[in-house]
Amino acid sequence: MLDNELRTMIDEVKDGRMDRRAFVQHLIALGLTAPMATQILAVGGVAMAQSKAPYKPTKRGGGGPLKLLWWQGATLLNPHFATGTKDQDGSRLFYEPLASWDAAGNLCPILAAEIPSTQNGGLAADGKSVTWKLKPGVKWHDGKPFTADDVVFNWEYARDPATAALTIGVYQDITVEKIDDLTFRVLFKGPTPFWADAFVAVVGCILPKHLFADYKGAKSREAPNNLKPVGTGPYKFVEFKPGDLVRGEINPDYHMPNRPYFDTIEIKGGGDAVSAARAVIQTGEFDYAWNMQVEDEVLLRLEKGGKGKTVYTTGGDIEFIALNFTDPNTEIDGERSSIKTKHPLFSDPAVRKALALLVDRNAVQKHIYGRAGRTTASFLNGPEQFVSKNTKWEFSIEKATQLLEEAGWKVGADGIREKDGRKLKFLYQTSINGPRQKTQAIIKQACQKAGIDVELKSVVASVFFSSDVANPDTYSKFYADIEMFQIPMTQPDPAQHMRRFHSRFVATKENKWQGRNFPRWVNKEFDAAIDAAEAEVDPVKRAAFYIRANDIMWEDTVVIPVMHRLKVGAAVNSLRPVLSGWTNDTDNIQDWYREA
Amino acid sequence: MRQYILRRLLIAVPSLLGISLVLFTVLALAPGDPFAELVTNPNVPPEVAQALRTKFGLDDPVHVRYLRWLAAMTQGDWGFSFVSRMNVDTLILQRLPTTLYVIGSAQVLALLIAIPVGVFAATRPYSIFDQIANTLAFIGFSLPTFFTGLLFILVFSIKLDWLPFVYTTDIKATGIQWVVEQVRQAIMPVMVLGLFQAASMTRFVRSAMLDVIRLDYVTTARAKGLGQTRVIVKHAMRNAMIPVVTLVALQMPAVFGGAIVTEQIFRIPGIGSLLISSILSNDTPVVMAVTFVFACLVVLFNLIADVLYGWLDPRISLR
Repeated sequence: MLDNELRTMIDEVKDGRMDRRAFVQHLIALGLTAPMATQILAVGGVAMAQSKAPYKPTKRGGGGPLKLLWWQGATLLNPHFATGTKDQDGSRLFYEPLASWDAAGNLCPILAAEIPSTQNGGLAADGKSVTWKLKPGVKWHDGKPFTADDVVFNWEYARDPATAALTIGVYQDITVEKIDDLTFRVLFKGPTPFWADAFVAVVGCILPKHLFADYKGAKSREAPNNLKPVGTGPYKFVEFKPGDLVRGEINPDYHMPNRPYFDTIEIKGGGDAVSAARAVIQTGEFDYAWNMQVEDEVLLRLEKGGKGKTVYTTGGDIEFIALNFTDPNTEIDGERSSIKTKHPLFSDPAVRKALALLVDRNAVQKHIYGRAGRTTASFLNGPEQFVSKNTKWEFSIEKATQLLEEAGWKVGADGIREKDGRKLKFLYQTSINGPRQKTQAIIKQACQKAGIDVELKSVVASVFFSSDVANPDTYSKFYADIEMFQIPMTQPDPAQHMRRFHSRFVATKENKWQGRNFPRWVNKEFDAAIDAAEAEVDPVKRAAFYIRANDIMWEDTVVIPVMHRLKVGAAVNSLRPVLSGWTNDTDNIQDWYREA
Repeated sequence: MRQYILRRLLIAVPSLLGISLVLFTVLALAPGDPFAELVTNPNVPPEVAQALRTKFGLDDPVHVRYLRWLAAMTQGDWGFSFVSRMNVDTLILQRLPTTLYVIGSAQVLALLIAIPVGVFAATRPYSIFDQIANTLAFIGFSLPTFFTGLLFILVFSIKLDWLPFVYTTDIKATGIQWVVEQVRQAIMPVMVLGLFQAASMTRFVRSAMLDVIRLDYVTTARAKGLGQTRVIVKHAMRNAMIPVVTLVALQMPAVFGGAIVTEQIFRIPGIGSLLISSILSNDTPVVMAVTFVFACLVVLFNLIADVLYGWLDPRISLR
């Protein structure tokens, strides 16, 4: 019913019988959010209102140097080899994708002439292909023209396993075909609702075919231009010292008017986050610093009377506690936490629910994350149209106690609850990181009051997050009862973020613990919702599936979300950085400028 | 003499082999792997991470990997960094000048302070000068460099705003201006490292000197009517220098190895910061190369120290 009504309304907007505002209000009345309404209009064939940030400079250049400080320096400048954001950020100064993400998670054209939509014929109705049109007249830094051949080449380059590109996951399952010099088509194997992965943002940076064609496959490491990028970007390459410095100068032939504003750019690497914050906020030696993993208290102190301030961007990064659904203390076929076992305590839903009631998110926010965190009950926190309104969290030791009492967990002689000889004792692990150890302490305290004994364990990050099969302390082996860390959302779409809890991805010895479903949670209803969402082209229904999937996770207490984390940067007062929580900090570097 | 050096060099070969074997095994057994960051990145399918491990030979047994490394190393191929996919030797050579400049200046500063102060303090033991020098030396080597480094930054960069605290390798100036800038940015790290070194070295020079100054031949020299300066510089100091030479010789590899903490604090792109970032990202080829070069330098400078003994004290003969 809702569906029919929507279609009629979209048609009315198209014909001009209903204005956009009225449409959005109708949808809000139906319980949908405003951004979701805009999204629906876009897919329904009505162009999105352009959400470009205002760009004030009226001429190219003249802005002097832009000095960026990354406390981990870029170690390579080939975007397809980038192992972390630091490398992607460095190469993004010189290379460009077809489109980038803005703060709201909308696409902005860079090398594309326009964003494909149903209306302009870019998006196929069956969701199986996308046709991109390229901006005409774009030139590489060496003067050669940029064409669809370059795009096709990048697909061939990245999907070749011998190249060892880290972007292979994006390109291996698609087919790219050239239509003419400025048009090409991306074909998907099945209906693909989220089509804006290949050639978009940092994983979509395009290398020039004429310089890399000889270095596809096994010889990829030998390409001289791996260290001397020649791109289409706003800045031309000058100098690179791995781990230390990336330097560029203005590209006078840049394809966007009045851009870039700065004459030179540099990213200095190394050091630590606190002193990087100092160099920007307190002394103004640098203009912008990235990833300020610094306690809010320290930042507030630096900001007092300083020369800069912190800037926040919201994405979907979530800090959460995962519950182990299998038994970490029983070994089956040489495997602990085997999917063949059941967790002795968490198989009782009351225990899981009680634990969720014992996480004092307000205290965690107030004392630890400050402005860099938002409390949430959902695992999926963005973009707006995918966020559930049905979940809520609360902190109540009384309710948790009551819940446990009702389920038959009685306080024993030692003050710890027990039932049928099993004591409520948990091993709680996380990586070594100041805020995480403090969060552990807050939660342990609440648990103690409710008669639960929590043993804390912290593992060095390089071990905790490693894929080392031989190490028992990795997060994916999960030889503990609960564990806490952050999962970043790298694109404004929930598909990858939510897929990991599908039962086919359970981490086992067989898949060398590389399955991403580390809580080893199996739920048929959730699987069905994810499968349906991944094949659904209609954005409204698709969003509904993801919201449902999120709600199932919440009802079943698979994970306990602790904090929706914001990205924090530091900028001098005069700088106007254009940032988005949905992409890297330098993804819109051409739009940065300074105001007197 | 020539025979002695040759013999020492030959003895060094098996010990270097042993060192490299130990280093390699320890690194191979250490937890973590260079592709850790990929694991939490949902864009990279697990198969890709696995394929990379295979491609870089991380899944082979340790002894196979060691022999492969050794074979390449003997041919002058240092391998390439997993992280930057760049040749390890280029990476190290790029970092070497900065380290030599900063750490070398710090060592020179340390010697320039330690030798005169130590010698002077030893000639007048328990005088006011000696007491003050001792106190300062104790303070100097009790304060760790990360503390003095931060203190210097807070005072000279933030409060007074005299000196920059981020080291830049590409100063945009020429001529005198360039030299001035280069010196300005090195002042703080050189001070931090140099004063720390000078403190312990002063104590060392003083005690070595005290041992020598009471010997009969010094008294004899004085009895001959030689002046104080001449006795100290020509007769006492030369003999007192033997332990100091050992100390300095063992410090020399550190000049090439960089100073991990100080380089990190001041963002000096030297060998030390390369080593620490490689260790943190489990970039085995780089860690292996840096530590192995370090081992070679230790062996080499030990030999140099031994040769120098013979020159300083002709009674020591090398066979």
